[in-house]
Amino acid sequence: MKRTIENIENQFETFQILNENGEIVNQDAMPDLSDEELKELMFRMVYTRILDQRSIALNRQGRLGFYAPTAGQEASQLGTHYALEKEDFVVPAYRDVPQLIWHGLPLYQAFLFSRGHFHGNQFPEGVNALSPQIIIGAQYTQAAGIALGMKKRGKKNVAITYTGDGGTSQGDFYEGMNFAGAYGAPAIFVVQNNRFAISVPVEKQTAAKTLAQKAVAAGIDGIQVDGMDVLAVYAATKQARERAVNGEGPTLIETLTYRYGPHTMAGDDPTRYRSEDLDNEWEKKDPLVRFRKFLEGKGLWSEEEENKVIEQAKEEIKEAIKKADEQPKQKVTDLMENMYETLPAHLQEQYDEYKAKESK
Amino acid sequence: MAQMTMIQAITDALRTELKNDENVLVFGEDVGQNGGVFRATEGLQQEFGEDRVFDTPLAESGIAGISLGLALQGYRPVPEIQFFGFVYEAMDAINGQIARIRYRSGGTESAPITIRSPFGGGVHTPELHADSLEGLVAQQPGLKVVIPSTPYDAKGLLISSIRDNDPVVFLEHMKLYRSFRDEVPEEEYTIELGKADVKREGSDVTIVAYGAMVHSALKAAEELEKDGVQAEVIDLRTVMPIDLDTILESVKKTNRVVVVQEAQRQAGMASHIVAEIQERAILHLEAPVLRVAAPDTVYAFTQAEEVWLPNYNDIIERVNQVINF
Repeated sequence: MKRTIENIENQFETFQILNENGEIVNQDAMPDLSDEELKELMFRMVYTRILDQRSIALNRQGRLGFYAPTAGQEASQLGTHYALEKEDFVVPAYRDVPQLIWHGLPLYQAFLFSRGHFHGNQFPEGVNALSPQIIIGAQYTQAAGIALGMKKRGKKNVAITYTGDGGTSQGDFYEGMNFAGAYGAPAIFVVQNNRFAISVPVEKQTAAKTLAQKAVAAGIDGIQVDGMDVLAVYAATKQARERAVNGEGPTLIETLTYRYGPHTMAGDDPTRYRSEDLDNEWEKKDPLVRFRKFLEGKGLWSEEEENKVIEQAKEEIKEAIKKADEQPKQKVTDLMENMYETLPAHLQEQYDEYKAKESK
Repeated sequence: MAQMTMIQAITDALRTELKNDENVLVFGEDVGQNGGVFRATEGLQQEFGEDRVFDTPLAESGIAGISLGLALQGYRPVPEIQFFGFVYEAMDAINGQIARIRYRSGGTESAPITIRSPFGGGVHTPELHADSLEGLVAQQPGLKVVIPSTPYDAKGLLISSIRDNDPVVFLEHMKLYRSFRDEVPEEEYTIELGKADVKREGSDVTIVAYGAMVHSALKAAEELEKDGVQAEVIDLRTVMPIDLDTILESVKKTNRVVVVQEAQRQAGMASHIVAEIQERAILHLEAPVLRVAAPDTVYAFTQAEEVWLPNYNDIIERVNQVINF
């Protein structure tokens, strides 16, 4: 008789549709996407790769602040997001800025978030999302609450939230899933397993062989997906969304992915903890390479089209940085105004002091 | 008017707001069918249904976390933390998240959440039930912290807290839950947050207190009157923000102040109040402002509560010190 843990692990085989050569290996699971939608997915992935390259460069020039690189995770981030509706609510972690942008956050505001300006977090009406969460795990319990709220309102929508492999060790990771499970709330919990939490490999986070199997503890569905395969990621999320809006509760999706860059731009050096061999192994799995091959095979993508995307991205990034530069500087009185609906007396007193200083 | 204990007044306030606003949700550990470990939510699930008043899994961080999520969907959550000693589990969700949401979203989101939680000593609870941790939440910008001492105040302050569009931590002293009854109007009424109440007028010394210490201060004032000392007792009611106007007005009349709290001397709100008084009214003081507080140890083992908790004799002693300074 097999050990219990083996029986569990066997239920979490990696779900894949597109292999590294851009070939469909699981035709039955192929999502129903039109040619235009397939091209839009590629557009977003290429755009986001350029955004990452430019963000790193702008950060090095001191024109951006906090930045967590995303290259390598395009399929995981954009494939999950592409399965959503506008009314769905995105609760991102600090690396999940791309999902916010494709959910409707203007690029210049994403740059203001990076720099540390409150206007970056003033999401336009109708962009159903929170700004990137810095406290790893907190987004999971919040997403459970948002999903419960949607269920109570009778909305046919979901809350989707993201964390990394390291984040699965947090208490809030478990509590969030467990609450959503207990209430049958329409939540999608995504774990982007890029194998490292800063320098700590996933093997040091847990003895569990998959992170998807952590869903078992909450009594909810879990699935492990090839996170470099945008079609598999999209299909898994689409299915989780359908189940959620049909009242069948939350799903945990683990995407096996990789970040080609450092953890953040604040001095992390991945060569200290990652081997060149490992980097090379994952470079071969690049989500853009295999999806490009797939689309080219269908006659849906060309170098010319890709170059157009690149130019458009660079142009829009330039415009956005310019717009971010033009944003008025923050004053202490601005910060005070956003504390409470009505300023309490002690803060009013400080407000008056700073107002006087600012008008000098 | 009806005669109510503080716990009845709290239930009455919750019922009033559940009735008034369909976005009000009451939830926590055992608050549903069971009606709460102190019966604070007794009958509410039966009256308003499981959709409005419901039990949660046993996880404080999750409870506070879902509160913020529910608020983002337009609800007005009134979660309960079973005992405030368990707030450490929910500290990020309260101080790190709920308190900051309006600011971090540049005013585009808000958290109209009222976190109810019992605390306070003198009722022989086990470990980490009675600790006074109001100082921890009062130091977090974005929160308001309310501590009623009477059934009348509890109802009016709780209704105001629930209606406030910013997060409020509403702390309920366990010893005051059923210790006495008070005239409480059956209809709805509110008491403005951030407003203290002069519970007893006097001309010789100001005693500033909150929570169970208000009653100790009133008892001390009665005793002091026998010696010809007229003490004015101010019940803060809201410990953040503090009603400095009421305190300063009294200080300017009496010129002597004692600040009383149940929390340890290094904790609570007393130091903050002393600092504000010395910055704003030092020329009105005839003596230093003294504090009554618990010793700076971990909260007492049950059988040591009587020797450890501040009481009215400690207050009398401090008042005599400032009178005879």
